[in-house]
Amino acid sequence: MTAKRSITVIVNGECLTGEAEPRMLLADFLRDELRRTGTHVGCEHGVCGACTIIIDGDAVRSCLMFAVQADGAEISTIEGLATNGEMHPLQKLFSEHHALQCGFCTPGMLMTAIDLVHNSNDHSPGAIRIGMSAALCRCTGYVGIIDAVMEYARQVHGDAAVTGDETGGGRNDG
Amino acid sequence: MDDSVRRESGGYIGQSVPRREDKNLLLGQGNFVADIQLPGMVHAAFARSPLPHAKIVSVDVTAARAMNGVCFAASGDDVMAALPPINGMQVVAPQGWRDRVDTDILIPDQPLIPNDKLRYVGEAFALVVADSRYIAEDALELIEPDLKALQPLPDAESALVDGAPLVHEHLGRNVAAFLHAKKGAGAEGLEAASHRLKRRFVHHRYAAMPMECRGVVADYDTRTDTLTIWSSTQVVHWVRREVATALGMPEERVRCIAPDVGGGFGGKGHVYPEDILVAWLAREIGRPVKWVEDRHEHILNAAHSRDNIYDVEIGFDDDGKILALTSSFLVDSGAYTPVGAGIAGNSIAHMLGPYHIENYETDCKVVLTNRTPNAPYRGAGRPEVAFAMERSVDLVANHLGLDPAEVRFRNMIPPEDMPYEVGLTYRDGVAMIYDSGDYPSALRSALAELGGLETIRQRQKDALSEGRYLGLGLGCYVEGTGVGPFEGATVKIDPTGKIMVATGACPQGQGHETIFAQFAADMWQVPIDDVFVTVADTGHVTQGYGTIASRSTVTASGAIKLATDEVHEKVFAIAANLLETAETDLELRDAGVGVKGVPDMHVSYRDIATAAKPGWGHQRPDGVVAGLEATSYYEPPTVTWSYAANATLVEIDPETGQIAIEKYVEVHDAGVLVNPKLADGQVKGGLVQGLGGALLEELAYDDHGQLLTGSLMDYLLPSASDVPPLAVIHQETPSLLNAFGVKGLGEGGAIAPPVVIANAVCDALRPFKAELNSTPVRWAEIAMFFDQNG
Ligand code: FES
Ligand code: FES
Repeated sequence: MTAKRSITVIVNGECLTGEAEPRMLLADFLRDELRRTGTHVGCEHGVCGACTIIIDGDAVRSCLMFAVQADGAEISTIEGLATNGEMHPLQKLFSEHHALQCGFCTPGMLMTAIDLVHNSNDHSPGAIRIGMSAALCRCTGYVGIIDAVMEYARQVHGDAAVTGDETGGGRNDG
Repeated sequence: MDDSVRRESGGYIGQSVPRREDKNLLLGQGNFVADIQLPGMVHAAFARSPLPHAKIVSVDVTAARAMNGVCFAASGDDVMAALPPINGMQVVAPQGWRDRVDTDILIPDQPLIPNDKLRYVGEAFALVVADSRYIAEDALELIEPDLKALQPLPDAESALVDGAPLVHEHLGRNVAAFLHAKKGAGAEGLEAASHRLKRRFVHHRYAAMPMECRGVVADYDTRTDTLTIWSSTQVVHWVRREVATALGMPEERVRCIAPDVGGGFGGKGHVYPEDILVAWLAREIGRPVKWVEDRHEHILNAAHSRDNIYDVEIGFDDDGKILALTSSFLVDSGAYTPVGAGIAGNSIAHMLGPYHIENYETDCKVVLTNRTPNAPYRGAGRPEVAFAMERSVDLVANHLGLDPAEVRFRNMIPPEDMPYEVGLTYRDGVAMIYDSGDYPSALRSALAELGGLETIRQRQKDALSEGRYLGLGLGCYVEGTGVGPFEGATVKIDPTGKIMVATGACPQGQGHETIFAQFAADMWQVPIDDVFVTVADTGHVTQGYGTIASRSTVTASGAIKLATDEVHEKVFAIAANLLETAETDLELRDAGVGVKGVPDMHVSYRDIATAAKPGWGHQRPDGVVAGLEATSYYEPPTVTWSYAANATLVEIDPETGQIAIEKYVEVHDAGVLVNPKLADGQVKGGLVQGLGGALLEELAYDDHGQLLTGSLMDYLLPSASDVPPLAVIHQETPSLLNAFGVKGLGEGGAIAPPVVIANAVCDALRPFKAELNSTPVRWAEIAMFFDQNG
């Protein structure tokens, strides 16, 4: 154990300070120190994507980062998507397309999708499917998730951007 | 069927009502066990066995206990001195089943933390409680175990060898259960068959793997002598029962709540040692205690599933008519069998599937080994037996040069034979009768969805002439759903006139709050927002069973109906009094009761609730007791039979063996669909789990009983890019066994994909007479066929 340090981050526009040992994961810091439990932890080894948040504009797995590395960073999480109680368009689409069952993967799915739709140049269905495979869902078979994200990409970039072959389906790693 | 709730009446049943569960989850306001933080809370962690089979010489927790920040540490000796083991059989098989299926069952109890020996990699041998999880895990490093490795029993066959060491010495054998069942002439039926085939089928080990691992928080209140437990479980009432028993408390003083649960699929469908231990720790320490499983721990320690070996012989005539079937199978149950012989019982009952087969005989051994305990996972014995059966049907077809689709049609039970008496006993002890359905039509629709059989075969031929390998895979199954023994519900009319419903069902994402509200809104003729549903809380319904075995839609709706009927009677009696009319002139309408044909003669539920109150000024007729509330238990007569036909079209890459799935279809029938969108989501989610089991997921052990796949980097879950185009078509043949015509559907999707993929690959490789009789289906194995056949 090493001495705790004071860490300040801006979470969804709110400036928050907490204490963390150097070894504390950012995911644990957000959840247990700052009590922002919307971000979930499903594996702690960087595979499931449930802990995905956006740090200084990029999607990051918060279980693969220490809290001390995030000192001073600007963070967006699922809790910051809605504005004044009004759901973000992507949140509404998730509900419309039944893109969640248990909802455990949802925080990571939403943040992965936001990053994908806003930060990438390729919005073809195939690219969306591959991009969304950064996060795992055990309940839905991804059907509603992919539909919701494609619809969101259409809303943001227009119908023309979201066309083309949906490659990727049916691949497996044998 | 109760006319008031028929979907034609324009009610909620049958409509894709949006889920009321979504909002909190989407806003990041869900409340999962890991999210709970209570004042003064401390954190538990477990030291787990690195060895599959070891004698515990000693476990020293002194240094861990003395560490700064640690408030409690215990070895197996400490725990065994304080607490009894968990009852080895959490589900008791009814006498009717034991009488009609030959059984010889010896189930070992499971120590909460053993002090004599360790029986699988991941079994706990000590625990620590500390101010934070980080400190608790530091303290685990200070625990000194002296373990003496024993010869491991890495799989079922090695555990059955004469003179093999015993997993549980006091049982005197490594077989937890022998089962045997027979229909018609059994094995003798094979004698009359002009063709016989014998094969071994192996279904490998994989697991539920919900995205949320397990977790428990417990809080003990000294003043009221009450324990509150939040567990990520599918069975809150079982947890309450086992905790109360172990801790010597009345059940009423133990409350178990499953808050938001991040998936279960059977893996959270029984009580684990940690449920009891964390509750005990909270009482011992006098502070709230939290334990959240990490993923590595989950993979080692949460129940695994499947892992069966089937030896099958099938006898048939020249036309492909199956005359007799025998199967002898092993279930590798691991070190304990928390759900007893339930999986094997399912397999026995489901082997014959949608086919009329006169003679059947099966025997099974549930074998104890040094693997992680095996418990039901989505399908629970059905994917395994469907693999053996549906591969066999394809082998019959290939043997005779018939189309596998044709052989299925020739053996299927025709719709005019429904209800169909199977000639076996279900594990609820009742004679099996398929209640309704049209199996051939399901298969026809599945083929049509892929373009029709002729077109498919033509495409296949054309492809082959270009050196491309296309395969059609089929798989059909039936599924007993909505099993007893019972489910409980409490229905009340609140003083505000709102309808309050609580049931023992325990969801993990199925949307129970929404669909139970649909049922209740129709039963009460109110807007759905007037119905408030509580699930997964023993504080709200006295007896409950839980959400396992595709049962909640059927059993909870039955319980809600019984309780509602009881309250309806009082509501009508009181309304008749208020409206000064005969009860027979009344009907439910507009959130109250009205006189038929007289629009302004109406009293609201709120007024009726006021009139029903105990005390001065009540307006109950004589003989009607106070209050508008009832608790009822629905005991289903037996199971309802869902079924499906699956079909897929794949193309194999001869270079790599890669399987590209062009499309995967399931035609599914779960009776009347309460909420088609959610039903569709259940089936599709199940299909993708089944595809994961077929192609990606594997809990691999080495020959020494070590688990080789301890992270999600080794245990591969399907991701979005692994999912092929899916088509799910719903047939809706109402069940005859309940008021709503519903059947269960939670598990179905996961049953067929392993065999459908295997059949598709074999179909593509027909030129080589290739057989894939084990799962997972591996590219390398497929590529080998091409290598061998130049
Ligand atoms: S918890 Fe971070 S990737 Fe799984
Ligand atoms: S909704 Fe349950 S894991 Fe995605």
